[in-house]
Amino acid sequence: MIAELGHFVLVLALVVAFVQALVPLAFLRHETGSDLAFRFAARASYLQVLLIGASFAALTYAFVRSDFSLMVVFANSHAAKPMIYKIAGVWGNHEGSMLLWTLILAAYGAAFALTAKNLPARFSSFVMVTQGLLGSAFLSFLLFTSNPFARLLPAPFAGQGLTPILQDPALAAHPPLLYAGYVGFSMSFAFAIAALATAGEPQNGRDNNWARWMRPWILTAWIFLTLGIALGSYWAYYELGWGGFWFWDPVENASLMPWLAGTALLHSALVAETRDTLKRWTLLLAIVTFALSLSGTFLVRSGVLTSVHAFANDPERGIYILAILVGFTAGALALYAYRLPKLAPDGAFQPISREGLLLANNIFLATATVTVFVGTIYPLVLDGLGMGKISVGAPYFNAVFAPLAVPFAILLPLGPLLTWRQGQLAPLRGYLVMGAAAALLLTFILVLLRGPHSIMVLALFAASFWLVLGASLDLYRKLRPHRAKLWRFWTLPSTAFSAPLAHGGLGVLMLGILAATQWREEIVVAASPGQEIDIASITLRYDGLREIDGPNYRAEQARLSYLTGPHAGSYLFPERRFYEAERSQTTEAAITTDLTGHLYAVVGETANDKRVLRIWYHPYVAFIWLGSLFMAAGGCFGLRTRLRRGA
Amino acid sequence: MMAKLSPKQTRLAAIVGGFAFLAVAAGLALTALEDNIVFFRSPSELAANPATPGEAMRVGGLVREGSVARDGLRAKFEVTDLAHNISVSYEGMLPDLFREGQGVVAEGRFNGQGLFVADTVLAKHDETYMPPEVAEALEKSGKYNQPHPGNAAGASK
Repeated sequence: MIAELGHFVLVLALVVAFVQALVPLAFLRHETGSDLAFRFAARASYLQVLLIGASFAALTYAFVRSDFSLMVVFANSHAAKPMIYKIAGVWGNHEGSMLLWTLILAAYGAAFALTAKNLPARFSSFVMVTQGLLGSAFLSFLLFTSNPFARLLPAPFAGQGLTPILQDPALAAHPPLLYAGYVGFSMSFAFAIAALATAGEPQNGRDNNWARWMRPWILTAWIFLTLGIALGSYWAYYELGWGGFWFWDPVENASLMPWLAGTALLHSALVAETRDTLKRWTLLLAIVTFALSLSGTFLVRSGVLTSVHAFANDPERGIYILAILVGFTAGALALYAYRLPKLAPDGAFQPISREGLLLANNIFLATATVTVFVGTIYPLVLDGLGMGKISVGAPYFNAVFAPLAVPFAILLPLGPLLTWRQGQLAPLRGYLVMGAAAALLLTFILVLLRGPHSIMVLALFAASFWLVLGASLDLYRKLRPHRAKLWRFWTLPSTAFSAPLAHGGLGVLMLGILAATQWREEIVVAASPGQEIDIASITLRYDGLREIDGPNYRAEQARLSYLTGPHAGSYLFPERRFYEAERSQTTEAAITTDLTGHLYAVVGETANDKRVLRIWYHPYVAFIWLGSLFMAAGGCFGLRTRLRRGA
Repeated sequence: MMAKLSPKQTRLAAIVGGFAFLAVAAGLALTALEDNIVFFRSPSELAANPATPGEAMRVGGLVREGSVARDGLRAKFEVTDLAHNISVSYEGMLPDLFREGQGVVAEGRFNGQGLFVADTVLAKHDETYMPPEVAEALEKSGKYNQPHPGNAAGASK
């Protein structure tokens, strides 16, 4: 009954989304209809989020109650599963995750309607119309190809369970964060559509005001996407038991592309807002970023990829999402081509200025996006043409990213240090020389401590140090005027922290990647109880195995004792878990997390009465996620600045 | 510093610079692509067309029943598309879902004796999921009845 209600309100939500897309358009045909159009669309968006929310609640209820008469609950849940995974399991499958997608889309629409009071009603109405169209497209996709409320009669007694790999607390946060990022870019897309549809109209005020209105939404989406990707990377790192943090898996690439494009958009919108230039590029980027978000969904949901994320798939769904992707992108690009002449021409600018460097930032990020795109799509194209099945892996991406990252990181700190318009390098010369010398000195010390590395690796290390130093200098310069009240840190302006944190975070992230990939140590042994293992100047002893019972699994747990080092006397407990309901096993790594490095142990199968153990030392690997957190924190400070100014 | 440029000159410089940059990047990407792509070969393709020893590639199929032998850290097994087999050797820890009869993809190279020495062995994390390459290889060999119709659809796209 609850499930039927859930289905019914979802159909209602589709109707409301259609109405939200079409009726305001009719009002907008009249010159005086803008206010009415916006008020109407706003109400529709509130109703839409309530309806989808109710539907989502109904599905959650079915999962919590283990109602196996629902196909998706039967296929993805089990009564003997801990409650957190029953709830998070709602989006641990295709249908539920698409329902979450539409819920987040509707929530963004409603949040916009609530906060858009100061924007011209005509502009806001076009944003709401675009959101309504997107809502209609995804709700119909959900209802026609992926109905989460499809029944299975007669109802089975037990469910098939949730893939054990997904039975992890990270499942509760990773998909919602990632989707809040992907879907968040629907807002900048909708703003671009509204900006194009109303280009040159007097009520918008200045021709580039849309950039100012768009920025908080880009920032919100970007923060969520950054956190979602970072969490996904951390999850893969500890759960998959391969010790890697990024696999250049096509699905990871699918999230990285909108992140790169979104980062470019964040910066170009700043130029469009402040300097009234790069407007056309920014609008194009807003469209492309969302198109990349959609293609991420397409790649994951269509089954064209071999990936850890691939669920059992249905080609009909892929075609439907491809149609949504092509429809919205082509429509937006047509509008772009048609309305572009209505925008006032871009202002001019000088290369040595903040906007000049932001342009360089955009060129690098756009190039990075294209190279990821090529590496991800090329195998699909070759396969489609019947020219063989290939895979493009880490070596390609490393070969392309490393030479891009060095000049990018060298130029980056200059941006915030230079002024807008006509920037002057001369007054900065002292700082820059000092910064470069310090970065090179640190790199030299590193060679002394760690031995020789390739030129490219050293260049990357130096560039990363330079990034962190540049960000520190930026922070210092921004805080210096406020030094009298440094101790009352909460009164300091948020702007002082946003760019330095985000940029320094990138430097920290790069240092983490470099250290963890260059200095990693790994050992695989077949061990008998009592055997000692040496890794990274630490001695461990394998003590043996015992059997333990978890809530819905049985496990073999190995014990490793630290004999030396700061953790001497403590233990590592890697496990192999066997999930009864899913008839499947997972490897549960044991990790000692220090800021300076992780010791990561995995227990394998039996080999000649011994146990295979695989142990890694990942130096400074925590910097990768710490850097990501800094970046997201920088974004939050930026958002705070915005909200204080009353966006 | 630099002489002040007119708006037109700036734009031209930006466009030319942008394109030059993109050209360099494209060249970089294509070279990297050329050096780093890895082809997938099925056992039947390899039987018809033996590979050069030392060439990096991916092979895949089902782990042949009864073929897995372990010796300390070294595991030997056969990958089959039910028409032909390949002997694979791998040193290290096999993935959780590695099992006889399951789909598997191995990355590595053939040695001079026709043994495929794998650097990585991938078994997917959903036991009902078959890597598309493997499903297609099995389909081509014509000796396999797809047990999971839901996945066959996705895989034979």
